[in-house]
Amino acid sequence: MILKKFSILILLALTLPAYILAQEIPGNPTVHGNFQIDAQTYHPDEALGITDSVLQGKTMRLNGYGDIRFSMWRFNAGLRYEAYLPPLAGYDPNYQGQGIPYWFVEYGDEKLQVTAGHFYEQFGMGMILRSYEQWDLGYDNSFNGLRVKYSPVSGLNFKALIGVQRYYWEPFADDNRGIVRGFDGELMLNDAFNALKETKTRVILGGSFVSKYEKMRTKTLISDTVKYEYQLPANVASAGGRVSISNGGFNFYTEYTHKFNNPSAFNNYIYKDGQALLSSLSYSQKGIGVYIAAKRIDNMSYKSKMTELNNVLDINFIPPLTKQFVYSLENVYPYATQLNGEAAIQGQIIYTIPKGTKLGGKYGTKLELNYSRVHGLDKQAIADSIPVDSTGTLGYKAPWFKFGDLYYQSISASFEKKIGKKVKLNIEYVHIDYNIEVVEGHPGAEMVHAHEYNIDFTYKLSSTKSLRLEYEQLLTKQDKGDWAMLMLEYNIAPKWFFSIMDQYNYGNPEKNKQLHYYIAAMAFVQGPHRISLAYGRQREGLLCVGGVCRQVPASNGFTINISTSF
Amino acid sequence: MKKKLALILSLFLSIPLFAQEGILERTIPSVDIKTMTGEIFNTSEIDNAGKPIVISFFALWCKPCLRELTAISDVYQDWQDATGVKLVAISIDDARSMANVMPTVNGNSWEYEFYCDPNGDFKRAMGVNMIPHIFVLNSQKQVVYQHTSYAEGGENELFEIIKKVAAGEEIPAGK
Repeated sequence: MILKKFSILILLALTLPAYILAQEIPGNPTVHGNFQIDAQTYHPDEALGITDSVLQGKTMRLNGYGDIRFSMWRFNAGLRYEAYLPPLAGYDPNYQGQGIPYWFVEYGDEKLQVTAGHFYEQFGMGMILRSYEQWDLGYDNSFNGLRVKYSPVSGLNFKALIGVQRYYWEPFADDNRGIVRGFDGELMLNDAFNALKETKTRVILGGSFVSKYEKMRTKTLISDTVKYEYQLPANVASAGGRVSISNGGFNFYTEYTHKFNNPSAFNNYIYKDGQALLSSLSYSQKGIGVYIAAKRIDNMSYKSKMTELNNVLDINFIPPLTKQFVYSLENVYPYATQLNGEAAIQGQIIYTIPKGTKLGGKYGTKLELNYSRVHGLDKQAIADSIPVDSTGTLGYKAPWFKFGDLYYQSISASFEKKIGKKVKLNIEYVHIDYNIEVVEGHPGAEMVHAHEYNIDFTYKLSSTKSLRLEYEQLLTKQDKGDWAMLMLEYNIAPKWFFSIMDQYNYGNPEKNKQLHYYIAAMAFVQGPHRISLAYGRQREGLLCVGGVCRQVPASNGFTINISTSF
Repeated sequence: MKKKLALILSLFLSIPLFAQEGILERTIPSVDIKTMTGEIFNTSEIDNAGKPIVISFFALWCKPCLRELTAISDVYQDWQDATGVKLVAISIDDARSMANVMPTVNGNSWEYEFYCDPNGDFKRAMGVNMIPHIFVLNSQKQVVYQHTSYAEGGENELFEIIKKVAAGEEIPAGK
């Protein structure tokens, strides 16, 4: 008992040097943080996929987290507490529980930065290595280990890391996942060489090397009474390079990543190397922006655990190259990257007709055109006797400039104009071709061809009160048929938001599935503090209402969101 | 383990309590982000020579964020003439749409200072949950005001705050 009192005194005394130091060190120590709680009640709802077996009696669910960050001079430390009690429907149920999955201590100055604990990192565009978190989507593949960033001279930057990735709440034990090592170097030519400091053309070169170690395993396959034992490599490496060149309004970027043989559950244990190439070119100046990008990936799933199939433990991130739509019914058919192989292109033009012109009107008019298209690869057998994707083989060969099935295509046009002082109008049209069989895994399903258009109309009643009306319609003969949506939002800036919304699947071929997805919501915002309440049926997707945008899982019931930063 | 962490944390927290300066008056953290052309830029270099700074987190897929940036662009010149304010817009678009930020920004004729935070490092360090999220910094580059969410007309309240900051006035806590 006495010893305990003493130990507390000792610990308090240990803070004294820190107290003394705090008086002399430049920059005040600071503490800040943020927290968010999403709570939901559920009624079972077959149409949303919220069945009794999914809910398992847990009809009240809560996701919450609190972050606290401490900074003093060149040191930072922080932690995040998370609770999924139980996780919202749509989130991986393995996250159930609570604890501190993220904490770190960091030292940083102009040349050196060292982080111990949990951290997020991205090399280049992330196709070789990216760890990130997206709370709204329940995604977190943070590293737990050590990271060093070092810049020996101006323009040259190195990063090195070693760690294990987050795996729900599992501590690293019994080889339950691999250890990842990564190294990245980046050279900014214009900063490194004095002669190039003022040149208009800016060039950046980068290279990365990543390796994952997992205890070597064997995979047994019995075929035609012959037993094969394949050795799954313990070290799987990948290497990549990137170049970025910009000059005035022109910007060119390209990144190539090569992944060495990585037989895993995700690719049916084939020994083929993986490749990814992403290139983009854009030109822009005031009033106009033109952008084109192309991507080709082949066998690029790279996880810390070769047997993992869930949406966890990814070492890299391959971005979809399709447009990210902002309106609800445009997101009924969202595309997701097919890691086992795809080729994609996207092009976009944004143009503002200048204000004061006849076509532009008093405030200018914005026009946007976007086109994107994704194909699978043309996978050919490596030998007549070996079917494509056979376990234990090199899998297939896929010629670079031959393509397989259409996976996705979208063509969209958008028009935005402020008319007078009170009215803002935004009209958008999209045509989508969606290979629902491949993207959502519905074998035998017909390709979806859909037209979508929406009208977004804002009327200012006064300097703080406004009314916003959103009408959307999705027309398709396949899948669930036509949808219509109407949303009305009444806002009293900057604090109050009220909205009602209904998405109606009036065109569903099954009469009893012609359902309404209605929501009434309100939000109150005071500075960085926000509380919102909603009641109704919500489809999964991007929800932009009440002044903010967030990804939401499907739900049917009462929702409370509280968010604050301090 | 949790008890140890809690103890270490409370020790850390006790330090600022002794430091006697406002612990919630923080300057922005020093984080490496990128320019729209991919060059490394450190947030400690965000500067406006003692005049107010507005930092706005947005993304190309966030309609209220785009509405807010468009609404402010209509009055930005007036704001700058009156207060010298500079708006620094940070895109949290990741690899999916990061290359599209510059053409979109120029296509929209926005005149702010733009940076990209593709892996959310600066967003995390600033404690941003939902976007749009705006911070106002005073002449010492300290955060004196922040808000989230946008509705038409919300930019008027923001301008009131900026005018106060430009005049050196205190912004009451809880605003």
